[in-house]
Amino acid sequence: MTLSEFLASVEQLAADAPAQIAATATLDEWTAVRTALVGRQAGRITDLMTGLAALPKEAKREAGQRVNAVKATIEAALDARQAALEAAAQGASTPLDRSMPGRAHWRGAVHPVSQVIDEVVEIFRELGFTIALGPEAEGAWYNFGALNFPADHPAMDMHDTLYLGADQVLRTHTSPVQVRTLQQYPPPVRILAPGNVYRRDFFDPSHAPMFAQVEGLVVDEGVTFADLKATLSHFARRFFGAETTTRFRPSFFPFTEPSAEMDVRCGVCRGAGCGVCKQSGWIEILGAGMVHPAVLEAAGLDSETYTGWAFGMGPARTALSRHGIPDIRILYDSDVRVLDQFVS
Amino acid sequence: MNVSHAWLARFVPHGRSPEAIRDLLTAHVATVEGLESLRPDLVPFVVGQVIASEKIPETKLSYNSVDDGSGTLLEVVCGAPNVTVGAKYPFARTGTTMPGGLVIEKRKIRGFTSNGMLCSARELGLGEDHDGILTLETSAAPGTPFLEVFPTGDVRIVVDVLPNRPDLLSHRGVAREVAALTGVALQMPEELAALPALTAAVVRGGQEGTAGGITVRIADRADCPQYAAAVIEGMAVGPSPAWLRAAVEAVGGRSINNLVDATNYLLHGFGQPVHAFDAARLGGATLEVRRARAGETLVTLDGASRTLAPNMLVIADGSAPTALAGVMGGQGSEVTESTTRVVLEVAEFAPALVRTTRRAVGLSTDASYRFERGIDGGALEEMLKIGAALLAQVGGGKVTGLVHLGEAPSARPVVTVRPARVAAVLGDAVPAAEIAALLTSVGCAVAASGANGALAVTPPSWRHDIHREVDGIEEVARLRGFERLPDALQGARPGTVPDHPLWVAYRRLRDALVAEGAHEVRPLPFVRGEDASHVRVRNPLAEDEPHLRRSLLESLARRAEYNLTRMQGDVRLFEVGAVFRPSSAALPHEEHRVAALVMGSRRPVHFSEPQPPAYDAWDAKALGERMAAVAHPGAVVTLRAAGEATGALWEIVADDQVVGEIRQLALDAPVWARPAFGIELMLGAMPSAPVAPPQSHAHGTATSQERRAPVRFRTLPTTPAAEFDLALLVPDAVEAAAVEAVLREAGGALLERCVLFDEFRGTGVAEGFRSLAWRLTFRHPERTLKEKEIEGRRQQLLSAVETRLDVRPRVA
Ligand SMILES: [Zn+2]
Repeated sequence: MTLSEFLASVEQLAADAPAQIAATATLDEWTAVRTALVGRQAGRITDLMTGLAALPKEAKREAGQRVNAVKATIEAALDARQAALEAAAQGASTPLDRSMPGRAHWRGAVHPVSQVIDEVVEIFRELGFTIALGPEAEGAWYNFGALNFPADHPAMDMHDTLYLGADQVLRTHTSPVQVRTLQQYPPPVRILAPGNVYRRDFFDPSHAPMFAQVEGLVVDEGVTFADLKATLSHFARRFFGAETTTRFRPSFFPFTEPSAEMDVRCGVCRGAGCGVCKQSGWIEILGAGMVHPAVLEAAGLDSETYTGWAFGMGPARTALSRHGIPDIRILYDSDVRVLDQFVS
Repeated sequence: MNVSHAWLARFVPHGRSPEAIRDLLTAHVATVEGLESLRPDLVPFVVGQVIASEKIPETKLSYNSVDDGSGTLLEVVCGAPNVTVGAKYPFARTGTTMPGGLVIEKRKIRGFTSNGMLCSARELGLGEDHDGILTLETSAAPGTPFLEVFPTGDVRIVVDVLPNRPDLLSHRGVAREVAALTGVALQMPEELAALPALTAAVVRGGQEGTAGGITVRIADRADCPQYAAAVIEGMAVGPSPAWLRAAVEAVGGRSINNLVDATNYLLHGFGQPVHAFDAARLGGATLEVRRARAGETLVTLDGASRTLAPNMLVIADGSAPTALAGVMGGQGSEVTESTTRVVLEVAEFAPALVRTTRRAVGLSTDASYRFERGIDGGALEEMLKIGAALLAQVGGGKVTGLVHLGEAPSARPVVTVRPARVAAVLGDAVPAAEIAALLTSVGCAVAASGANGALAVTPPSWRHDIHREVDGIEEVARLRGFERLPDALQGARPGTVPDHPLWVAYRRLRDALVAEGAHEVRPLPFVRGEDASHVRVRNPLAEDEPHLRRSLLESLARRAEYNLTRMQGDVRLFEVGAVFRPSSAALPHEEHRVAALVMGSRRPVHFSEPQPPAYDAWDAKALGERMAAVAHPGAVVTLRAAGEATGALWEIVADDQVVGEIRQLALDAPVWARPAFGIELMLGAMPSAPVAPPQSHAHGTATSQERRAPVRFRTLPTTPAAEFDLALLVPDAVEAAAVEAVLREAGGALLERCVLFDEFRGTGVAEGFRSLAWRLTFRHPERTLKEKEIEGRRQQLLSAVETRLDVRPRVA
């Protein structure tokens, strides 16, 4: 065999092999093709290697290099095809309809009111607040007296109370936690107190006899109304969005002085007035104020040394408006079809 | 409090729109909840602009093109001579009802269609101007509400007055604030300028006095610090003058007659409730302020007969109570059409007593509302004189006697306001002069007091809410405006309060239970319950649920039933909340718990599992173990079979303490419902004992938070494990746990795992037995176990269970 005849058969193999390899549809076919191409007994490469020996010595070098190159190409193609066939064999033993649903687990959900509380807690945590709790069955002194409510005064009419005994109430607000915390821990105090509170209000679309409140309290030396404004405005921007505008209106709570109510600009009408904000352009968010010196004194603190501010908000109202829930009773019914809408 | 914009302007000619007054009051005084036009009939009218106009031949009419802001020009026929192209007029769209009652409709006039009406002042009820349609000098766009560009009629300003500011429950009170904020001087309304001069002198006394033939008496000055009366003769009861009727109606009242309207004028104008008695109908010529006697009765003005008691204050004539002091007059001495001689009462009653009285009779009136919160005792004699003169004027009578018992309260205690303290509380330095000016503007007497610019502040008689320095600081803050205070966020020291452990537990449990596919609920804690076992609410909202729950599962079970009535059978609910039980301590025992309820399918339907199995006791057991591990981290949790009497399946034990239970719940359920299981776990008591006595604290006694021991790392094995199964025939009387305990003990230190993986009853297993199979894994830490060693273990285990429990292997 001449060198040119030999090289022609090498090129013939180089031309045939890729198509042969690509045509294999199963691993069995692939094995047969592999044997035919590079098999040790009768493979075409093996034949060429054998034929190489018969070439003139000066031609061996060039022919050998070419055969090795073709062999490497064929082996690479075989490996790739093998991998592809194996992958196909694994997946497609039965045809897979990948449009069918995955196997799910039940999903749980946090109550929408708790979700609002979480967000409030999250924002104040960044500012160094920790969580304090207190009892729901509370003494009248903690619920009223320590909070500077005058006995038998119209201010009490703002808190229609459920009584458990002469001096025992279901707390009407989370503010008793202020006094308990100040009695237990020395300033600086920076706490949030989430919890349930009770009013003698019959269920209607916007009232419930028990609802959640989040109380906030800061007491230290040098705490000012400006801090209150700054912190609560910051909260509003984090909670409602960076462009949120706030305003503070004078208000009255026996346990704060000065007292204020914080509104945010209505996001629906942007202040022009609409049904959501009752045409006022503002949405009431929380009540706040500087802790009344009488409250600090009730907790045994020197009201000249320490000042503080506090706020209270009702997360249920936020939950109702943000989700468009028309009736507060829906939050208590616990219909699983409702709860499942609040999967987060 | 309803404030008439026009009436307010007569007290303080502020020259501001209702909107401006609303914003001013809301920012500085009290929130204005709304503005109500007292010409609601003019609300639908808009500004219309004439774009083109041509005469209709042989008529006085014009045919006009009007822009009403709707985007479409309207063709409108008009009979007025003054229609000018480009000018703006009040426009009534079709469908608008005119003040006279006519409804504007689309109609044809002389072959021209008219879609609305351009209006004259007379047609709008704004006067008798006949000169044609009302030209509006305004830059407002067509379509703008007419009332916005042509404020017409009075506007009612609804102010939310909070309990600390009874001085705002009158026009004069609100006017004082407007005067302070605008700098416009307060004045007497013009309608009071021409009152007849009083000739009778005021008879003064302590507890008794006589004037105009009437003797008044106060039984106890503690109940009634001041009582004044005027006797007015020659009165003619009739309709009120227009200004008086307008004033009464502006605040939402109904004009009755000149006498009654005048008393209402004093109440709403000055915040002084007064009462007019018909002198001829009094039993004798005396009025006495005294406690009611047990058994006395009184028919009040509303026609109700009321039985009185000594905790109520009354005005009695010579024979019997004739008015409920500070609350409501009596029918017996009510003024009528034929009244000619009137006794006008102007008094100050003890707020707490009025509160007691009105609560006892269940009757809140405009008068009691003001007396309860406190009237301006310093203005009583002024009110007596204005009231007497006003009644005399509107009724055409003559004041024949004035009497005033008691004295105006002495000046209020001085409050010291230090500018340094103002800065310390507000975070903004306010100059002493500005502080003084602001406090003076609301009626305080301010004088310099001592060093550092301190001010001695004497509040006016009408302010009951300025007792301490901080009250003065609040005045400064609100009068300057909260918006003027800085609001840059400052750094702060970290607090000393650790997170409450029950909150930490709540968050961990909530995450775990949500991951288990459960929904958090926040139900009401009221249950039917029983007095003996449950805490009772003294004044419950519902008589069928007067108690507080002892268990969270009581609430969850009701919520599951609610879902069943709505055909929802797949229910997974949980709550972390409080339960209560009676206690001999000052307050009920309160405890925080977590509970979960599962019912229905264990998984959602999938095509590979068309009918998923329902939750069973084993699911509940595993969930209970998981909850206990999360709730009591670090504790050794075991579940043991609960005693028969408890009705529960298991009780949950953490570190030898029973902390909860797992039970199948008996629900009021339809037949298709699957069984419901409940798990309830105690998290901890919520202490409610006082932290410290009033006016003291217990700092320094707080204990540091318990820290959990960290998990110790275990080196992973490097030697292979040997595994085999043991199938044992276990009599029903022997618990699987007992068998497993023997296996673990006999398996020794090399037994790595021992898992029960099968239970079988039936063919090949004798009655009274079951086949239980365990998979056991052995491993030596240093070498591979030999076949022979493993076989030896198997034999050891079999002989151990046989000798100890008489349990034998199941032979296939
Ligand atoms: Zn709005």
